[in-house]
Amino acid sequence: MLDDQQLVDRKVQSKEAKIAARGVNVHYGVTHAIKDVDVDIDHKTVTAFIGPSGCGKSTFLRCINRMNDTIDVARVTGDILIDNENIYDKKVDPVQLRAKVGMVFQKPNPFPKSIYDNIAYGPRIHGLAKSKADLDEIVEKSLRRGAIWDEVKDRLNAPGTGLSGGQQQRLCIARAVATEPEVLLMDEPCSALDPIATAQVEELIDELRQNYSVVIVTHSMQQAARVSQKTAFFHLGTLVEFGETGQIFTNPQDERTESYITGRIG
Amino acid sequence: MTDASAQPQTSKHSGSLLEQDARTRRRNAKEARFKAYGIAAILVGVLALIVLLWAILSNGLPAFQRAIVQVDMTVTQEEFDAAEGTLFKTKEYEKLFVTALSSQMMAAGIDANFEGKALERLLGKVGGTIRAYYRENPDQIGEVVTFDLAAASRIDRYLKGSLKREDIGPDNRFIQPEDFDVADAMREAGLLKQVFDWNFITGVDTGVDNPGGAGIGASVLGSFFMMIVVLFLALPIGVAASIYLEEFAPKNRFTDFIEVNISNLAAVPSIVFGILGLAVFIQFMHLPQSAPLVGGLVLTLMTLPTIIISTRASLKAVPPSIRDAALGVGASKMQSVFHHVLPLAAPGILTGTIIGLAQALGETAPLLLIGMVGFVARYPDTFLGGLEGPNSAMPAQIYNWAARSDPVFTEKAWGGIIILLVFLLAMNIIAIILRRRFERRW
Repeated sequence: MLDDQQLVDRKVQSKEAKIAARGVNVHYGVTHAIKDVDVDIDHKTVTAFIGPSGCGKSTFLRCINRMNDTIDVARVTGDILIDNENIYDKKVDPVQLRAKVGMVFQKPNPFPKSIYDNIAYGPRIHGLAKSKADLDEIVEKSLRRGAIWDEVKDRLNAPGTGLSGGQQQRLCIARAVATEPEVLLMDEPCSALDPIATAQVEELIDELRQNYSVVIVTHSMQQAARVSQKTAFFHLGTLVEFGETGQIFTNPQDERTESYITGRIG
Repeated sequence: MTDASAQPQTSKHSGSLLEQDARTRRRNAKEARFKAYGIAAILVGVLALIVLLWAILSNGLPAFQRAIVQVDMTVTQEEFDAAEGTLFKTKEYEKLFVTALSSQMMAAGIDANFEGKALERLLGKVGGTIRAYYRENPDQIGEVVTFDLAAASRIDRYLKGSLKREDIGPDNRFIQPEDFDVADAMREAGLLKQVFDWNFITGVDTGVDNPGGAGIGASVLGSFFMMIVVLFLALPIGVAASIYLEEFAPKNRFTDFIEVNISNLAAVPSIVFGILGLAVFIQFMHLPQSAPLVGGLVLTLMTLPTIIISTRASLKAVPPSIRDAALGVGASKMQSVFHHVLPLAAPGILTGTIIGLAQALGETAPLLLIGMVGFVARYPDTFLGGLEGPNSAMPAQIYNWAARSDPVFTEKAWGGIIILLVFLLAMNIIAIILRRRFERRW
């Protein structure tokens, strides 16, 4: 049950488009997974991608940091601009791009290393820390931003894989923010978590909005309504509707969106 | 209502749960039979293993023991000078030895009168050994020296029980029935005893005149040099090839073709690799014959597919989420492989490598073709000499011994098998320990 007033309050202040996708098509071999998607994602905003399973929302998310490059059969056409630079330009190195566009995955996937090393890995390979003290500071700051510092500060040398599922996911979020990205992509970050851990992660996402533009793929419409300012509804590879979250959930323009939100399709 | 309800339906599960119906009984009987077959199969396997181990140990363990005659003797300076002054010097030393032996036997209460022939039948020609000792250690002249002299091979076999008194006729020129009485008496007096034969482990091959003195040491070294070559070539080449194929190579027909051929290569009989090595390394590249270097190169070719297949399997077993995580924080492909994937795959790679090495260690056929079955009677002097000088290898040495007619060599062959198995077992245990130690959970 969404409160209209609350949704209106959450109207976006920032108007600058951080990410602009133009005519994006993705083919997996012969499957046409994403069909001609145009979307503008604002800075310092949480944008939610919703839609039924297999509608292409995760695929599109993976286009934004070129993770689809790692899949041999995937072919991406069209342009995605971040700060007006086309990330599919030949001159762009995807590795450099991924330092700018962090990603959190569906299943918590900490490295089988210590909590400290999990966070320090990104800054180390990008040369963000000049000294051990610098690195310690980055680790602490990131863990604080991941809202997990208090739980792990006494056991930074314990393996990251020994944490609970919710803690692991927050550790992964902390790891993603440690490299100081500008965009944070989250692919169903709460699907493996229980309601309490989900609430913690959602709270965290809302805080991250202060510094990053967050794009979150979710199966849960309640979650999209709770955390996002903008919502995009995908269906069968096309972007059906994109707009203010409040408007999508209360007054959808497309009947497919309405059917999905009211539970008739999906 | 619908038509379906018009006909009364009898449930298929109408019987009581307390009694089994015919179908369940049949299924259970089938399962019980299958379990029985499985247990029978395991029993056959265990039985075969027991028979094998029993055969190897019962035939091979005696090779680790040898009979020696332990005699204290003192040679004075005058005796030494006198012996060195004669024409048949070793004969003089033999006389001195007989005197010492006789007096010790007399002291133990054994009345035995030695003549030269009997001594030779029991101990071989000992004069040379004793003379060589005193010439090398002149400071020991006048001191009491304990000599451990190898007993003749027939006495050795008599003590081990593989030669019976009844087997020897009175006209045998190697041993006489009364020699057994002397041997028994010397044994009671503690002069003749069985000791652990270090020479079998450290020694070199000998000819037919001294089968008891043959050792496997030089061939162990030959095998060791081959394994070094295999390790330093097959591990880097194999791991690099598998990482490229698994992580970097595009999946197309060409890589499929390579993959199929690697699997085919793993199934090629080893003798084929041997003849390839003979043709390429020796006849074309003119590398030395019978050298562990060439043996190692051939075994590298043979081990590569094993290492590549096991390395690729362990790389595949690393969950893709780890690669995603590394790429997601902006690591390059190579960083994600070397920082995250490879450490997780390391235990599997090590295990595969050690299993491949163990397989190479036991390989005989290719060595026959490149000439590593020769008679090797000395150790290499230098590391390089060990690589390119002629040598044998453990399995080839065993093959060589087994082909000789003297039963002592047959016993050595069985003993060699034990040593080879100890090495293989040790390598497998190392593989297990490494796997346990480096295995991490994710």
